[in-house]
Amino acid sequence: MTESTISAARRGVPIWAQIIIWVFLVGLLAIVAVGLSRAQQGTVQPGQVIDNFSLPLYSGYELDGKREISVGDMHGKVIVINFWASWCKPCEQEAAELQTAWKEYEPSGQVVFLGVDYVDTDPEARVYLKKFGITYANGPDLATRISQYFRIKGVPETYFVDKNGVLQYVQIGPFTSIDQIRAQIDPLLK
Amino acid sequence: MTGSSRNTFYVLLLTLVLAGLWTGSASAQGPTPTDDEVNRIAKQLYCPVCESTPLDVCPTEACRQWRDLIRTMLAEGKNEEEIKQYFVEQYGVRVLNEPPNRLVSYIVPVVAILLGAFILFRGFQTWIKPSMMKSNLEDAKQETKPFQDLYIAKLEEELKKRK
Repeated sequence: MTESTISAARRGVPIWAQIIIWVFLVGLLAIVAVGLSRAQQGTVQPGQVIDNFSLPLYSGYELDGKREISVGDMHGKVIVINFWASWCKPCEQEAAELQTAWKEYEPSGQVVFLGVDYVDTDPEARVYLKKFGITYANGPDLATRISQYFRIKGVPETYFVDKNGVLQYVQIGPFTSIDQIRAQIDPLLK
Repeated sequence: MTGSSRNTFYVLLLTLVLAGLWTGSASAQGPTPTDDEVNRIAKQLYCPVCESTPLDVCPTEACRQWRDLIRTMLAEGKNEEEIKQYFVEQYGVRVLNEPPNRLVSYIVPVVAILLGAFILFRGFQTWIKPSMMKSNLEDAKQETKPFQDLYIAKLEEELKKRK
């Protein structure tokens, strides 16, 4: 066995193949790391500026006559974004409180309530909205784009965004009283 | 035609027109789809709420609503592709049990498998080579031994002669 035979065996993988393999492995690890960190991140956190997104609205639940609204156009107003679904029992617990709160803040024109209907069917969603007498703007989360952006963990979840478009509070689970809703909105109006 | 027979004619005509309209609307609605027809499409879709559960066996209220929706759409005359397309638009591509027919969906796994196989192949080669080298060295030693023996024998013979 000579030196040249040993070095030939060591030289096995060409350099270009080694580079490709390492780039691929590093890329794969990066994807896994990003996925894991996103999974551990939880919902978007207070203090984060909420990016603009649009929500198509159910007929009868338009806002200022618009069938589709853009959150970016609402700067200067407090936005309450509520994720719900007709199949979600805990959502029913807070439906009446949210509607009462909306009727309370609607005349001021400084607060907007948005209902985002998560993976739901249109007929059942309409029955739900009618059942609880909801009148604020509501629409489906098409292709779950909005819920993915907010990284929601389930329904109901409610996000309070201040007049500058900054997220201030996240409510996981249903509200048990209207005071809980007031406690989040009132400081944002000052 | 007398007055009474004319009236009878008009009543008959009206009845026929109404019957035709009723039949037309009934055929547009179509018969109620069976559970098998609904499940044939439902098993190709996955529940986005309880992940990794096909829609046809998912026990949640949300899935029951979606199966009802499939039934309604089938009754409206929608075909399988139209229903699947509707679900993708509403709930995203992740509801499909198979990725959409995009080239990248098939190329990436094939490339990953080939690359993995290549890495394994090269790995096995490097594991085998040192052992092969070791055995080659032993063979070489074995090959040189008879020569050495002959040399020693010849050397001893020469020494004996000199004595």
